[in-house]
Amino acid sequence: MTSGGSAGDGGTTDRTPSDRVDVCVVGAGPAGSLVAHRLAAAGHEVVVLEAGERFDPADRRARMERAIRPAHDGGSVWGMGGERDRFTSAGERFYPLNSARVKGVGGSTLHWQGMVMRLHEKDFRLHSTWGVGVDWPVSYRDLQPYYARAERALGVAGADDNPFAPPRERPFPMPAFEPSHSDSLFAPACERLGIATHSVPNARNSEAYDDRPTCQGYGTCQPVCPSGAKYDATVHARKAEAAGARVIDRAPVQRLEHDRAGDRVEAAVYATPDGTQHRQEARAFVVACGGVESPRLLLLSRSEEHPDGLANSSGAVGRYFTEHLFAGVGGRLDRPTRQNQVGFNTTESHQFYDDPRAPFGPERGSADATGTGADGGDPADRPVPDEDPGLSSIKLEFLNYAGPSPVELALGADEWGDDLLESLREAYGSALAVGGLVGQLPRKDNRIELDPSTTDDHGNPVPEVHWRVGDRAARTVERANGIQRAVLEEMNAEVTWTVGPADTGPAFHHMGTTRMGADPATSVVNARCRTHDLANLWISGSSVFPTGGAMNPTLTIAALALRIADHVDEAL
Amino acid sequence: MELTRRDALAALAAAGAGVGAGVALRWSDGDPATREFRDVDRETLVALAEVVYPDDVSGIDGFVEAYVVGRVRDRPDRVAGIAEAVDRLDGTARDRFDAPFADLSPADRDAHLESLGVDAADPDPEGIVPERIRYYLVNDLLYALYTSPTGGRLVGIENPQGHPGGIDSSRRSGPEGSDGRSVTGSDHVPGGRPERSGEGSR
Repeated sequence: MTSGGSAGDGGTTDRTPSDRVDVCVVGAGPAGSLVAHRLAAAGHEVVVLEAGERFDPADRRARMERAIRPAHDGGSVWGMGGERDRFTSAGERFYPLNSARVKGVGGSTLHWQGMVMRLHEKDFRLHSTWGVGVDWPVSYRDLQPYYARAERALGVAGADDNPFAPPRERPFPMPAFEPSHSDSLFAPACERLGIATHSVPNARNSEAYDDRPTCQGYGTCQPVCPSGAKYDATVHARKAEAAGARVIDRAPVQRLEHDRAGDRVEAAVYATPDGTQHRQEARAFVVACGGVESPRLLLLSRSEEHPDGLANSSGAVGRYFTEHLFAGVGGRLDRPTRQNQVGFNTTESHQFYDDPRAPFGPERGSADATGTGADGGDPADRPVPDEDPGLSSIKLEFLNYAGPSPVELALGADEWGDDLLESLREAYGSALAVGGLVGQLPRKDNRIELDPSTTDDHGNPVPEVHWRVGDRAARTVERANGIQRAVLEEMNAEVTWTVGPADTGPAFHHMGTTRMGADPATSVVNARCRTHDLANLWISGSSVFPTGGAMNPTLTIAALALRIADHVDEAL
Repeated sequence: MELTRRDALAALAAAGAGVGAGVALRWSDGDPATREFRDVDRETLVALAEVVYPDDVSGIDGFVEAYVVGRVRDRPDRVAGIAEAVDRLDGTARDRFDAPFADLSPADRDAHLESLGVDAADPDPEGIVPERIRYYLVNDLLYALYTSPTGGRLVGIENPQGHPGGIDSSRRSGPEGSDGRSVTGSDHVPGGRPERSGEGSR
């Protein structure tokens, strides 16, 4: 297993540029690979420049061992961190940028959990609906056909059993994974509390799909799936290459260069491991290197014509860095909970997504007393004071991997033999937890800037992350904790831990930093994800999300990528 | 509980070793692709496993043989690390007890490991002696046991992390065989899960 070399490299990989191509895509994660595949399949000449390496699929189980064994830090699984990935955290809270961000062919989908939900209709109209944030310049209806295509492209296992989900037009490509044993323990408690549960759309094969196997149950989905049953963007990088695209790894783009007038990008300047720099020229450029590196690349590409950075006449490049926050409550039950047999979830509740104040349990009883009905009735009549400040969306997850994994405990223990076995039996078996994501509103002061005092392995200023949680998100984490705790208490579980407002952390969903909007004065890209300022520059990825909801973003990234491919195809 | 060749192959799979089911995996298999293990390697590793594995486990000899040989066959870079750690463990035993590690009583082996600080050492392939012993020997053997189906069952998990045991066990309320297939998750979720029906509904 190599950490610095490309698989099969041997110094023979051709990393020199192609003659001027139709499209240059920067980044080989899902946002870039899907665009590259669609455009190559449409007959366009495409070059993808990827900063990280091309990992050898044969190394996946060895990477899994690295993930399980305590001698290796998590970043070493996919070569994260080091001089290449240096950053500065300058905000109210430390931001652990490299914890889940992978540079390489496949991008962070190599590491991701693989949950793929559509955003809700209200997420596209947050300002119109809740009076906060901004509206997207596209609607759910605009994106709906692309969501369907994205589900087929990634391979999503799901069921149409979610009463809170936005309208669907067709079944999921694969049946949902069946509920786990612990789901069955949560279900009656949730039912008594009036909390509806449903399946989880997973980008993970519940049956063989797209030449990839059904899930083998390795239990290490995050950070590595050894079987390939979990989707990752190497799938579409390979498809792009099969369709004629070139994917050049270990080719970090240093800057984009534009024409004399500053109206069009002419070339991507990239470095290669031998220390040379090259220019890849193209008719169109798609920047798809994530919510941190995409704005950083634009800022690094400043010029006389674009003194504040490329495509930054609005000043919004790098601004509105938006995240999802984790909220969770866990404990122990007096029965076996059968955790850590798989590494993914099979039950969620989106009941508190469009209405985070939806009454449940005792609240519901109080609502009954005021005549609003057990189903919640008119939101205006609910027993929440008028002066109660707003909340954000909540997505609840019923974990299948709560508590310790026995092998990981064993490897870190200070005992062995019978003593160790007794400790493992004591620690394993009765843990359970309800986790969840909480949305954060876009805030201008949450931002990615350049830190000129610190440079990366090529001498470029590193990203400086300014991030704070904000009062609204903190209140919503507290609300989520209340629901989570009520579920556990309804099960007579002993609550042993809570991740609340004080110790919440990010879900590593980097959004908002090149926001989409109709007004060039306040946004970076238009509704077609093309930059307002440069006619042949598109941005693909969650950095274009004007608001982030509380759903895992990758399905929306994929849907937008497929839509961008259509727009670029039309423009060429 | 008896450790089997199937457990060793499962542990090798969890360690990323691509070993086919038909491979002999013997200490001296004559395969030029692997090294010939010394007596001290064989004896020390088995003697160590007898200490770090629970007393209830049998079949240690064959399990350790198949696992270690398969491990080295696939990852020859580990040979030097294992050999050096064995030499250190055995050498310190000879210094202290005037006998090879493998000849010590289980209680003395245990005490010797603790006296070296192996119990509290952070596993590190490039660290000081106890850290290397912990990484190359103790943790490798524990990794093999607790990613195997038999090791998992000792703790109460049929499909331990690292073992590709499928997804059915996550749905069962107990180990297969304890109460048959028992109750599955969908039996408790009202209505179970619909298949891919319901086009056009919310």
